[in-house]
Amino acid sequence: MKKLGKQTYEMANPVTISYAHALVGSKEKNGPLSKYFKDYFEDDTFGEKSFEKAERKMLKTAISDMLLANKINIDDIDLYIGGDILNQLVSSNFVAEELQIPFVGVYSACSSVTESLALASTLIDGGFCNRILCSACSHFSAAERQYRFPLEFGNQRQAYSQWTVTGAGCMIVDKKESQNCPKIKRVCFGKVVDYGVLDLANMGAAMAPAAADTIMEFFKDTKTQPSDYDLIATGDLGKLGSDIFRDILAQNSIVIENNYIDCGHMIFNGNQECMQGGSGAGCSAVVFSAYIYQKMKQKKLKKVLLLATGALMSTTTNQQGDAIPAVSHLIELEA
Amino acid sequence: MNKSQRNQDYLMYVEKQSPKSPWLSSLFRAFIMGGTICCFGQMIGDVIKSFFPTMDLLTVGAWVNISVIALTIILTAFGIFDVLAKYGGAGTFIPISGFANSIASCAIEYKKEGLVFGVGAKMFYVAGPVIVNGVSYSMLVGIIYFIISLF
Repeated sequence: MKKLGKQTYEMANPVTISYAHALVGSKEKNGPLSKYFKDYFEDDTFGEKSFEKAERKMLKTAISDMLLANKINIDDIDLYIGGDILNQLVSSNFVAEELQIPFVGVYSACSSVTESLALASTLIDGGFCNRILCSACSHFSAAERQYRFPLEFGNQRQAYSQWTVTGAGCMIVDKKESQNCPKIKRVCFGKVVDYGVLDLANMGAAMAPAAADTIMEFFKDTKTQPSDYDLIATGDLGKLGSDIFRDILAQNSIVIENNYIDCGHMIFNGNQECMQGGSGAGCSAVVFSAYIYQKMKQKKLKKVLLLATGALMSTTTNQQGDAIPAVSHLIELEA
Repeated sequence: MNKSQRNQDYLMYVEKQSPKSPWLSSLFRAFIMGGTICCFGQMIGDVIKSFFPTMDLLTVGAWVNISVIALTIILTAFGIFDVLAKYGGAGTFIPISGFANSIASCAIEYKKEGLVFGVGAKMFYVAGPVIVNGVSYSMLVGIIYFIISLF
């Protein structure tokens, strides 16, 4: 592995994402990506007594389904790296306790999926691990009660707000060469940026500068440009955030053409009342696992940049008058 | 460019970019929903009065409040109220229905944390500020009224 420029790391050996699996809730299943989401559950409590328990069960089910379907022995996995958006990372922590393998919990809000994949690939390329399990998840109802209001409380959502995705995505990262599976080629760890956005509902505006900052550093470090990639996917900027992201890049003379998508923007329909689109750690995790990963396996996409974006918000600091810091970690994939 | 100037410019730009809630249709829907709730209250009052012609207005008013609160709590429990509120906005929130919903929704939500630290502690999580403000301002008005009545 070598470091390029300030923030980017290039893998010396092939680091492959051998498997990826997604499990989503019914609202996501009814969205535009329906045919890609094969596994879903109808009841948002997943048969549990609380939404926190439901999120945990969803994550556990996603991981065990992936291990079972591909006949992977849990003892062959060296490390589990995962994150979610609940306080104390309860979902990942509780699932890690059940899995009984070494665990590194990561928090970068909705950027957890690329943070864990980036850390996994550096650990593997550094020769420390052979096989790592990564995951990220979120649950609408659990996030709502932690960050906003009770579910049955009657209020109107702002036109620029987003909807937390109910879903869990998990991946297995391996040290091996594979013809069929996408490889992680380079990773770029983002800086935390704060542009003074105070409004907890406007996460797209808080996160767009972070994504722009990371991708610009990446282009500088690797001397590449947007047209070198088949697809550039941001995590959960939503419609508004994506527009701001494009605007910031345009101001810096970087033009992104039609090879750009935002996972949050594409996961819901306009008539699902999700305003600007999806958000949450599960958003980019499930869109990557179920859609981008599969397209790469079918060789429909060759070179992809995935930038999950995290609004590192805390209701406590926000009430004390602090803005929402944001971060975005990038991974470059090659089929 | 320093950071505070950069952020100020950015926030102005965001403000311009962010879609606004459609205020005219929101106002209209709030008017319809709020009006419907008030007409409904009036109807209950009229029905009670026709059954108990001797009942004084204050008592009738109390029964109207109780009915609206009870109905709101039932609608909240069945998951209907938040759908109405999404449509009506302030029209459902400003009448006593909004207050009842804010308490009932918290009670339902935090029941999972138990009766003492869940329902007991968090039932007034949304309604609490309303009560504190209500009590504080009525005290203030009371003091002003007292001072004026001295002269």
